[in-house]
Amino acid sequence: MPTILEVHNLVKKYGDFAAVNDISFDIQEGEIFSLLGPNGAGKTTTISVLSTLYTPTAGDAVVGGHSVSKEPMAVRRLIGVVPQDLAIYDELTARENLSFWGQMYGLSGRALKLRIDEVLGQIGLSDKAGQRIKTYSGGMKRRVNIGVGLLHRPRLLFMDEPTVGIDPQSRRAILDSVKDLNKQGMTVLYTTHYMEEAQELSDRVGIIDHGELIALGTQAELTRQVGENDTLILHAAEGDDVAALAAAVRTLPDVLRAEAADHTVTIIAPEAEEILAPAVTKANDIGVKIHSVEIREPNLEAVFLHLTGRALRD
Amino acid sequence: MIKVFLIGWKDLRLAFRDRAALMLILAAPFLLTVGLGFVTGRFSGTGDSGVSDIAVVVVNQDGGQIGNALVDLLRSPDLDNLLAPTVLDDPALARRQVDDDQAAAAVIIPAGFTASIIPTPGDAAAGPLVQLEIYGNPTRPTTAGIVRTIVDQFLSQVEVGRVGAQVVVTQLLGQGLIQPQDAAQVGADVAARQALAAQGSPSITVTTTTGDVAASFDPLAYMAPGLALMFLMFTVANGGRTLLSERAQGTLPRLLVSPTSSAQVLGGKVFGIFLTGVAQMFILIGASTLLFGLSWGDPLGVVVLVLAAVVGAVGWGMLITALAKTAGQINAIGSAVMLIFGILGGSFLSIDYMPGWFVALSKITPNAWGLDGFTILALGGGLADLGQPIAALLAMGIVLFAVAVVLINRRGIAQA
Repeated sequence: MPTILEVHNLVKKYGDFAAVNDISFDIQEGEIFSLLGPNGAGKTTTISVLSTLYTPTAGDAVVGGHSVSKEPMAVRRLIGVVPQDLAIYDELTARENLSFWGQMYGLSGRALKLRIDEVLGQIGLSDKAGQRIKTYSGGMKRRVNIGVGLLHRPRLLFMDEPTVGIDPQSRRAILDSVKDLNKQGMTVLYTTHYMEEAQELSDRVGIIDHGELIALGTQAELTRQVGENDTLILHAAEGDDVAALAAAVRTLPDVLRAEAADHTVTIIAPEAEEILAPAVTKANDIGVKIHSVEIREPNLEAVFLHLTGRALRD
Repeated sequence: MIKVFLIGWKDLRLAFRDRAALMLILAAPFLLTVGLGFVTGRFSGTGDSGVSDIAVVVVNQDGGQIGNALVDLLRSPDLDNLLAPTVLDDPALARRQVDDDQAAAAVIIPAGFTASIIPTPGDAAAGPLVQLEIYGNPTRPTTAGIVRTIVDQFLSQVEVGRVGAQVVVTQLLGQGLIQPQDAAQVGADVAARQALAAQGSPSITVTTTTGDVAASFDPLAYMAPGLALMFLMFTVANGGRTLLSERAQGTLPRLLVSPTSSAQVLGGKVFGIFLTGVAQMFILIGASTLLFGLSWGDPLGVVVLVLAAVVGAVGWGMLITALAKTAGQINAIGSAVMLIFGILGGSFLSIDYMPGWFVALSKITPNAWGLDGFTILALGGGLADLGQPIAALLAMGIVLFAVAVVLINRRGIAQA
């Protein structure tokens, strides 16, 4: 597969703060590549530089043979961008939005009309195309936001956390549409802080934290970093001292890591079932009420925890 | 270029789908115009389409050729339907009638007025300057203004005659065609003849809609453009606000990652503001023409003046956008500028009675220049008479736009 995107030692600084710090990776044509990291990790800044919105402080990236810093116009013709926040006009209808944005990408006439009909079908809004966006639900707006990015059939589509803040049904529809687009040959760079999405969609994943790419590879390659360990997640009641529980659990034999975040304690251990009973006993001892328990096979959450000492949702 | 048009067209559509903005773009100026029309009696059913029978009292203490000519002009058949003059002998009584709101203005021609302009035979020069007095009724600014305009035009004609006579006499003397001792008599004759031409052909041009309808100046022809121009300032400020709003809403960054340059985006935004302003003005003009039978004057002049006025206003809108930090600031500054320019530019009250510094300051506003132009058109002028206001409005727009572009680029407003 030819390489569609090459990122070389990319840096983006705001004053002394490095939002993106010396990251390098590449994406092959036809691939879904996810950048996985918590909020504030530098995912959106990375996409903003790669899509030519910001110029890099150092390093460069090449899209389809064109440098983002030297040939931004050429890069823009090859890429599509689905921003994290809705970037469509509320007072226009879906069809009018698609028409306007299509024209911004040089589409016109019958070709534009046909493409709009096609995209409306793809995002499932053909029957509501004449309604103004302001009358749509959050999920429908998200779908139009995605549709705008697809209109000109970009070779590389950047999707920046497209499922944030929407209902599960719409989220499912978006994930399915990303897979469909990829089947049709579109290359996708997808950012998310949801481990499940990265696991479901990606051929390869880059894990980003504090602006640095801390791991890169296929899911199998990444999970191998934490061995064959399980992840045990204890969900506690609101206000309970989960930090104390994590500290108590770390004293148990065979516990490799235990970290508290929100109302949960995430534990890495070779056999989660064996740790469960003593961990619940510890919780009872210190007065933490366990509401539910989750056991996961080796996954990207465990990788992130292993690499950073923090849970992804921190 | 096509993208500039597309962005502008999109902004025009958005502006006319924003109900809150439409209230200020169209409904407010229209309703205010209607309201002021009722206040001024414009709609109190005489059947006439404008002002008529303006009560004016005339006191002629002069009795000379020019004083009599002015009285004759005010009583002339040409102005019969517009003015209802009453001739009195006592200036104090005339002023009292104005104070009692029985007349829009008193025209007091003092003794020696003619002699101060035309030298009497045997005198080498005219007497000391004697000033004519127009005592205006402040509660009737429009009709008092009409009387003042008529008298001003008459005096201009007189002045033309006086200067013309001096030139004629000087040339005749130089060529030896008259003797120095005859100069005064010849000068007086020529001056009187030229000055009195004003009586027969007043340079006031009054609009008549049909041959048998009274010559009239419609107060709505002043109020409607005044209010339209005032709310045009809201439109341009609101249009500038969308640049910052789009930035906050994410549509501006999205435009900037499409194959569209920041210059095209900025050009499109400016074009959108221009289109919205032009649409607003023409809708208001069309509505007042259809609903109230208001005549705006020469159509070509109206079109060119509207385009120039919007250019001037857009310049201000872009400058406000360049100086403001947030969309909210533009709203606040834009509303303040709209009101200040409305007052300063004469959208509420004629600035004819304001001090000189006020009139001079008003020239920074598109309102003042625009109103000058619309008044010229309402009084029968055409495109050829609009040179000064159109040039001023275009220059205003271009200079302010250039300053705004420098500031916008410096602050990176049209960039991510």
